[in-house]
Amino acid sequence: MRMPDTGEILLQVEGVSLAFGGVKALRNVSFDIRKGEIRAIIGPNGAGKTSMLNVINGFYHPNHGAITFKGRTRAEMQPFEAARGGIARTFQNVALFKGMSALDNIMAGRTLKMRRGLLWQMLRYGPALAEEIEHRHRVEEIIDFLEIDAIRKVPVARLPYGLQKRVELGRALAMEPDLLLLDEPMAGMNLEEKEDMSRFIIDVNLHYGTTIALIEHDMAVVMDLSHRVVVLDHGVKIADGTPDEVKKNQGVIDAYLGVAH
Amino acid sequence: MAVGGSFDTFPKLLARNAAQFSSRPAFRHKDLGIWQTWTWAQVAEIVRAYAAGLHRLGLQPGDTIAIVGSNRPKLYWTLMAAQVLRAIPVPVYSDAVADELAHVLAHADVKFVAAQDQEQVDKVFSISDRVPHLHKVVYDEPRGLDDYDHDRLIAIRDVIEDGRAALTASAALGRQIDEFIRQGEGSDISIILYTSGTTGASKGVMLSARGCIDAATDTVRFDRLTDKDVALAYLPLAWVGDHYLNYAQGIVAGFCMACPESSETIEQDRREIGPTFYFAPPRGFEAMLTRVMIRMEDAAAIKRRMFNYFLGIARRYGEQILTGKSVPLSGRLLYAVGRLMVYEPLKNVLGLSRVRVAYTAGEAIGPDLFAFYRSIGLNLKQLYGQTEAFLYVTCQPDGEIYSDTVGPAAPNVDIRIAETGEVQFRSPGMFVGYFKDQAKSAEAMTSDGYVKTGDAGFFDEKTGHLKIIDRAKDVGRLADGTMFAPKYLENKLKFFPNIKEAVVYGDGRDFVCAFLNIDPVAVANWAERNNIAYGSYQELAGHPLVYDMVAKDVAEVNRSLAEEKMLRGAQIRRFLILHKELDADDGELTRTQKVRRGFIAERYAPLITALYDGSREVDISTEVTFEDGRKGVIAARVKIRDVPTIGATQALGRAA
Repeated sequence: MRMPDTGEILLQVEGVSLAFGGVKALRNVSFDIRKGEIRAIIGPNGAGKTSMLNVINGFYHPNHGAITFKGRTRAEMQPFEAARGGIARTFQNVALFKGMSALDNIMAGRTLKMRRGLLWQMLRYGPALAEEIEHRHRVEEIIDFLEIDAIRKVPVARLPYGLQKRVELGRALAMEPDLLLLDEPMAGMNLEEKEDMSRFIIDVNLHYGTTIALIEHDMAVVMDLSHRVVVLDHGVKIADGTPDEVKKNQGVIDAYLGVAH
Repeated sequence: MAVGGSFDTFPKLLARNAAQFSSRPAFRHKDLGIWQTWTWAQVAEIVRAYAAGLHRLGLQPGDTIAIVGSNRPKLYWTLMAAQVLRAIPVPVYSDAVADELAHVLAHADVKFVAAQDQEQVDKVFSISDRVPHLHKVVYDEPRGLDDYDHDRLIAIRDVIEDGRAALTASAALGRQIDEFIRQGEGSDISIILYTSGTTGASKGVMLSARGCIDAATDTVRFDRLTDKDVALAYLPLAWVGDHYLNYAQGIVAGFCMACPESSETIEQDRREIGPTFYFAPPRGFEAMLTRVMIRMEDAAAIKRRMFNYFLGIARRYGEQILTGKSVPLSGRLLYAVGRLMVYEPLKNVLGLSRVRVAYTAGEAIGPDLFAFYRSIGLNLKQLYGQTEAFLYVTCQPDGEIYSDTVGPAAPNVDIRIAETGEVQFRSPGMFVGYFKDQAKSAEAMTSDGYVKTGDAGFFDEKTGHLKIIDRAKDVGRLADGTMFAPKYLENKLKFFPNIKEAVVYGDGRDFVCAFLNIDPVAVANWAERNNIAYGSYQELAGHPLVYDMVAKDVAEVNRSLAEEKMLRGAQIRRFLILHKELDADDGELTRTQKVRRGFIAERYAPLITALYDGSREVDISTEVTFEDGRKGVIAARVKIRDVPTIGATQALGRAA
């Protein structure tokens, strides 16, 4: 399998703990994400996977620990700072602008890249127009890449779930992120949609060289897609390694199948 | 007007177009959301470079190059570049499964393949061990092909670049390419089109350059196509229809071929391009109408009323206005208002606003469907043709349009009806023979040089137009010798919305009988409106009022048959409505939903007996297969109805 062996570390999570009142969502979790890899975060329900993702993109602030992204360690960061810094994400429940077309939704992903102010954009004249054309070109490349040209002008509310997920991926890609976080990209999909989505995730990784961290329930998918897997259970990291290593790990097997305590 | 004239090969015509229509659009293709345009001058330059590149890769005169993919400018240019080098392009259906692809590629001895994308490249490589002569594969879309072995795989873009560079570097190569074009002869095989193979193994139909151009020249004149026209090139590349209507006519007339963005965007692309020449099979037009009707159901009441009112006006006057017949002034005025309010906006939504000439062919078209499009002012016509003719055998001239004929012989086509009722023709575009199949070629021709179509038909007395009634081998005779064409009758029956399927019998019998299936949706709808209670399909099918209604339809079919001298004797005397729907799972229909007449006759033998022994009703139990594979038995008492026949002049229809 393709393996960006020991690429430079893009994101380092060190001793992160997160608690909501008495509930300890994450306990002293450390791992890293290397440039160019597909990194999976897996675990049974309530293991703290989404919390981990939310910590990474600044939605939650860890009680302890530090996160180093592109060499910069930070304590507190707002989501928009993460976005500006090059982290894009998709959500477990599709979070698109339902009334807008697929094209407009993906264009929205370019917002942070727009140099002209709101007024210029409203005028849609001169330099603002030139800029919009340039952005549209990038967006059209993504549309072509994700093979959603037929639904370009369709309001996303009218699209089937699998396509909405793809539009959401498109919007995240429009940010040209350094790190792409995917929260259960295949949840609720049928087999064919899962296969399509897997293909797109691999293609994004290969074609754009985007580093991807994803959460996923479907074990088969995870093992096929990712280069390295980190396994969480009850907020604790119980394993970390290649899919093959993780599969053989007794702790993982126990966590998934359950053991008599 | 630009027509083929003295040009006998496509490359020569391309050179003419580059000179004559240099800055006119030749191709359009939507790429990254924007329509890209190539003029004839640009296309000629690209094709020349492409041909040079292919020549450097080793494509020789007489070699075959397969083209697998959908309508992309680069694949059309592959056709052109191959023809420049006097090689023979062999387009293959892009949805062909690997096995079919292997058969065609092996049979055609292809040395090169031009594939659209990764999917097609994968398919080609998966069968490459069965194609011993395969030398190189060129492809259009690079996506996903990065880590493939590029020994045998080259992007078309790179081939063109390479050719262009080589042409700049060496004037000798340029002269060589020009020499190829100059040497090209009308008798060269211009293309091999493989038939779809529904009737046995697919055969490679060889067409000559001269034949293609002559045929296209005739129809370009016939429909007055010019370089101002635009066609949406969306039909399968491997189908004769695309090669004729878009490629051959496009080059001869110099019009623009617009390639859709993808197969799913055709509707939108049609609206954006606004073609002036359009072809779709009847089911294409039907699907379009259904979508309109469904959307109208959801429209506001006032819009619906306006829509229905003006469609009524269109039905009354539209056809006459389109054909230029006299219409009362009030009718003209109402129709003009209708155009403004309904017809033009509707055509605009469908992308048919600019269509001057539209054709349909391939199967029988329902009269209502046909009339609908004509009544809103779309010049929809029918043609009849086949691959062996390079499409056109007959086509309807403006002003002589009937839903149940396919028109008089196309220009310079000579048609005759054989003793057996089979349609035979000679045409300018007729094929040279089947590739590597002398025996089949000989079989398809008569000794005096006519092509046998395998279709039975006759010339309508009133209009002088050809009517196609059935495949010749399915046409039978009643016991007294009257001609009997089952599919013709079945189609007539099926045009009624209440009848979903029909199977008629009569070959070797005294008279014609029919099994019918009601259309559950249409009839259930009708039952609801008329307060008719029923518990199951079986009960609805056996309802006396349903029988009454269907009997009227059958009588209507008889009335229309009475007007046709040839088939007058084959009117339907008795019919029954089957207690279950014919189903492919039970083997009663093929997977493509065609009735299997013989099988059904065996399966329902007691019903056939009852139809011919005069019984009023009959008991039958049938084994059926449920969706989940379980088997069960349906028992029913099926009623039989007599239908009056009209003008009992059977003798007239008897064959001499």
